[in-house]
Amino acid sequence: MSVTTLPPLALAHRQPSWLVRLFDYKPFLIVMCLAPAIGLLAVFLTYPLGLGIWLAFTDTTIGRKGVFVGFENFQYLLTDPLWWNAVFYSVVYTGIATFGKFALGFWLALLLNNHFPFKSLLRAIILLPWIVPTVLSALAFWWIYDPQFSIISYLLVDVLHWRTSNIDFLGSPWPARFSLIAANIWRGIPFVAISLLAGLQTISPSLYEAAMLDGASAWQRFRYITFPMMMPILAIVMTFSIIFTFTDFQLVYAITRGGPGNSTHLLATLAFQRGIAGGELGEGAAIAVSMIPFLVFATLFSYFGLARRKWQQGESND
Amino acid sequence: MTDTVAQPAAVADAKAAPDTMAWDSGLRRLMMIYLPLGCFVLILLFPFYWMAITSFKPNAELMNYKEHNPFWITSPTLAHIKHLLFNTAYPRWLWTTMLVAVGSTTLSLIASTLAAYAIERLRFRGSPYVGLGIYLAYLVPPSILFIPLATVVVQFGLFDSPLALILVYPTFLVPFCTWLLIGYFKSIPYELEECALVDGATRLQILRRITLPLAVPGLISAGIFSFTLSWNEFIYALAFIQSGANKTVPVAILTELVTGDVYQWGALMAGSLLGSLPVAVFYSLFVDYYVSSLTGAVKE
Repeated sequence: MSVTTLPPLALAHRQPSWLVRLFDYKPFLIVMCLAPAIGLLAVFLTYPLGLGIWLAFTDTTIGRKGVFVGFENFQYLLTDPLWWNAVFYSVVYTGIATFGKFALGFWLALLLNNHFPFKSLLRAIILLPWIVPTVLSALAFWWIYDPQFSIISYLLVDVLHWRTSNIDFLGSPWPARFSLIAANIWRGIPFVAISLLAGLQTISPSLYEAAMLDGASAWQRFRYITFPMMMPILAIVMTFSIIFTFTDFQLVYAITRGGPGNSTHLLATLAFQRGIAGGELGEGAAIAVSMIPFLVFATLFSYFGLARRKWQQGESND
Repeated sequence: MTDTVAQPAAVADAKAAPDTMAWDSGLRRLMMIYLPLGCFVLILLFPFYWMAITSFKPNAELMNYKEHNPFWITSPTLAHIKHLLFNTAYPRWLWTTMLVAVGSTTLSLIASTLAAYAIERLRFRGSPYVGLGIYLAYLVPPSILFIPLATVVVQFGLFDSPLALILVYPTFLVPFCTWLLIGYFKSIPYELEECALVDGATRLQILRRITLPLAVPGLISAGIFSFTLSWNEFIYALAFIQSGANKTVPVAILTELVTGDVYQWGALMAGSLLGSLPVAVFYSLFVDYYVSSLTGAVKE
């Protein structure tokens, strides 16, 4: 807009310096514009990714350059019960937490899609668990799960009298596992709900009106309009959610550090314990690399979700 | 949506039996919408309430549920916050975190604005593939990168320096910001730039005087999103920083304040509360930008 006030004649008459001309030369400008982003990503993302895969095939430790050992690290992991345990818990953690997040998050999104006062304020409040640093809310959960002074135990024992003894949330394997899953669901609901709400708001009301005229019940409207229309966005959000739940680190590291008895290690926390805390960089990298097949699977899931959207909207697959 | 449609029907029925129907739909609304919503809000907010109330409780009340109702404070105290500010390096941690967050946000905003402009506006052969490549970078989680990155950071001599975090955080900020800004640039009419080109403006003049001023909302969204993400980052900060003074708030609270067998819950919760406040305040100032960036990024 401001350009219309630029004196065009002055620009045309003055011979621009070679620097200005260079920066107006499109190929040069493209390279200059892409250089910072591509450079940062190449040095701190692509190179480490390759280096990580290389490290997984060496016996590097902190302070000592390793030599190539082939599949030795992976062979060792296959015989390591702790690694199997971490794979098992990572899958259970991701499965149950994703299901919980999406069931509750979808429900919350449907609730928020109604009209009621203070809607935008409520939407703002609901996102709080997601924007607050995860470690800090994990500390709050650690305190809520305290064996002696847990507020949940107090509620169940002293207020409601449903139990006679405090719950030992983090002291034994299965309760600890489910406590972590509950904290993860708590943290994930807002993201899912707000993303799905955005999807719900793009569904045209006329579809519902047409269905009502045809006598569709509330369940049929959900099943045959809301759900299919939400499929593409569900696929994307779910892929992100699965990737970041499977590779989760903070919650477990903050609340149990893999305990009790290594029962709550995820692959990421096990990789940290072996790789950084234990100094076995090669083995830690191998554990981290062993997450990649699962992540590729999740990404393919997203890709086919997207392809399906294009097909549904009658667009050609480009 | 269903409600706006359902209302006229309900009103039509209500003429026949005004009292029962109105009461019935009101109760139904209460049970189906307000009650579950209330439960959600209660559960989602309770940990914060618990965090806040613990940080102002004196130790005597904290450990004695029999005589004091744990849901309330009878004699609030600032002792935990005082301890945190004067007996620990907490102000220093806050300062480091702020420095890292502002530094990496600035760096990623510059890099991703230029990249998004090149991909969306300078259109070259293969630009969609560059965009896709940057998007794929977002799908690489920090958990599989932190071990090799630690060796890279050591190679560059940046171990234990906040500069390492400023340089590493853009790996997850740039992909997100670039995609957000590509979306914003798309919404700016290309004709504006063509006019400027006809008038003889250079590409850089166009970017500075036309595209950027129009993309300010996108820049704000990307900026606050990056700021919160870098404030909250944990695994890199844990792996790359060793000395107590250089730690960021989330790492420092977990590694420096959790000492011994007896946890000082008051100080821990006060630290968590103070560490959450900056992002919460920042968020509340820009909440609309935040929601639009979150949902915009998902819709892209």
